Amino acid sequence: MDTTTMNGQQIEVNEEGYMKDPAQWTKEWANQIAAEHEITLTDKHFEVLNWLREKQAEGVSLNIRKVGKSGIVDIKQFYALFPGGPLKVSSKIAGIPKPVSCV
Amino acid sequence: MKNILILGAGTAGTMMANKLYKALNPKEWKVSIVDRDEQHYYQPGFLFIPFGIYQPEDVVKPKADFIPKGVDFHIAEIDKIKSERSEVALTDGRTLPYDILVVATGTVPVPEETEGLKGKLWYKDIFDFYTYEGTTHLAEKLKDWKGGKLVINLAETIIKCPVAPLEFAFLADAYFTDKGMRDKVEISYVTPLSGAFTKPKATAMLSKLLSEKGINVIPDFYLEKVDEDRKVLVSYDELEVPFDLLVSVPVNMGDELIERSNMGDEDGLNFVPTDKETLKSKNFDNVFVIGDATNVPASKAGSVAHFEGEILIENILSYINGQPLEAKFDGHSNCFIETGFGKASLIDFNYDTEPLPGVYPWPVVGPMGLLKVTRANHYGKLMFKWVYWHMLLTGKKLPVSGHMSMAGKVTA
Repeated sequence: MDTTTMNGQQIEVNEEGYMKDPAQWTKEWANQIAAEHEITLTDKHFEVLNWLREKQAEGVSLNIRKVGKSGIVDIKQFYALFPGGPLKVSSKIAGIPKPVSCV
Repeated sequence: MKNILILGAGTAGTMMANKLYKALNPKEWKVSIVDRDEQHYYQPGFLFIPFGIYQPEDVVKPKADFIPKGVDFHIAEIDKIKSERSEVALTDGRTLPYDILVVATGTVPVPEETEGLKGKLWYKDIFDFYTYEGTTHLAEKLKDWKGGKLVINLAETIIKCPVAPLEFAFLADAYFTDKGMRDKVEISYVTPLSGAFTKPKATAMLSKLLSEKGINVIPDFYLEKVDEDRKVLVSYDELEVPFDLLVSVPVNMGDELIERSNMGDEDGLNFVPTDKETLKSKNFDNVFVIGDATNVPASKAGSVAHFEGEILIENILSYINGQPLEAKFDGHSNCFIETGFGKASLIDFNYDTEPLPGVYPWPVVGPMGLLKVTRANHYGKLMFKWVYWHMLLTGKKLPVSGHMSMAGKVTA
């Protein structure tokens, strides 16, 4: 397991850089990871991130379709906010584990 | 007299009808099962029909042949489950009351969910192969197809039998090679996943195999629509993949009756929220769910339904006796992966353990190679059809453990 330091705080991450403990999440974390993906976070981004964190805490298994039905963004807007793999990227920024697709 | 009612007489429902009828005292319990269709389809066989390996008649038998005579078998369309009254309304106006309900209504491909899929190209240049109609139409198409871009696409990540589209790609490679026209066919595998499969070790093995067979993998492609006029797949982030022949795995959903009954999961796919260990409905006390109809994070596959069945029968008996539900499903899944040219691979995994290499100890037949491509695995896959009709559906004990075992697996 790796750790990374932000503002003097040790943050545990997995080998792909996903935060181990969502409770360690801060806005600084979100902004920094977003910057690494060349994303500048807006209020809309944070609405999605907060929704993801809430659902993750409730134990909901997340997928793109569910985000599309969140009432915050549709799938197209989700892709526009977090280009590439939107769920993977947004989960990393939101400080929650990488979503596992069910087999 | 109490009623136990099973909805759906597919693999899971038929198996439960047999197990429950055997386990319960017929003086106390009446077992009933409802399905809209008289025919039972051996769904694993659909994969082989386009390539002429199985004929359509090899995969169909009357459902009634597999349901015990003492079980009431209703052929009827279900309107809705009225859980607050513990009864099920049929569209013909009849009402079936239940003390315990087993939901085994499965999943269906819904091409209508994606714009352009079920339009003017449907069954002309676009086919599914998870339905009897789709696979038999595709068989006709392949007979005299002259070649071009063959695209295999998964519209969603949660699909029935997640290895079948890969098997289709492998078998297509072998089929066109045997016909002497492999050089005229470009095969692409376009998936919303980040790789060929979801679990790392199996993905590595399968990716290597795909590349050896000259099959392109296009990952992270989440289908928004099909442009019918230009014959291209368009993703939500506006990537395009052109095709001449599209073999689609459409969005999979639970039966519409789940939506009508307001019993589905919040992502709108009509899968029923189910405790992943006990298989009891999360929202209703006297309702259990099995097979493809659940939202548990396991494969939607016959082997999973079978392993779930061993747990569910125990838990239903405990429930009847007022005891805690102690049998726990571990997510066990076991699939042969047909890889073409008379060979196959095998994977065995559960909620916590990804498919690992090694050997799978199988009594009678002998050990099978895990994550290896062997002739023995291919014969195992073909033999499974017999096992399915003669043992699995009728709820007989198979010589494999319900819980996943680490015996033979190599973890390093």
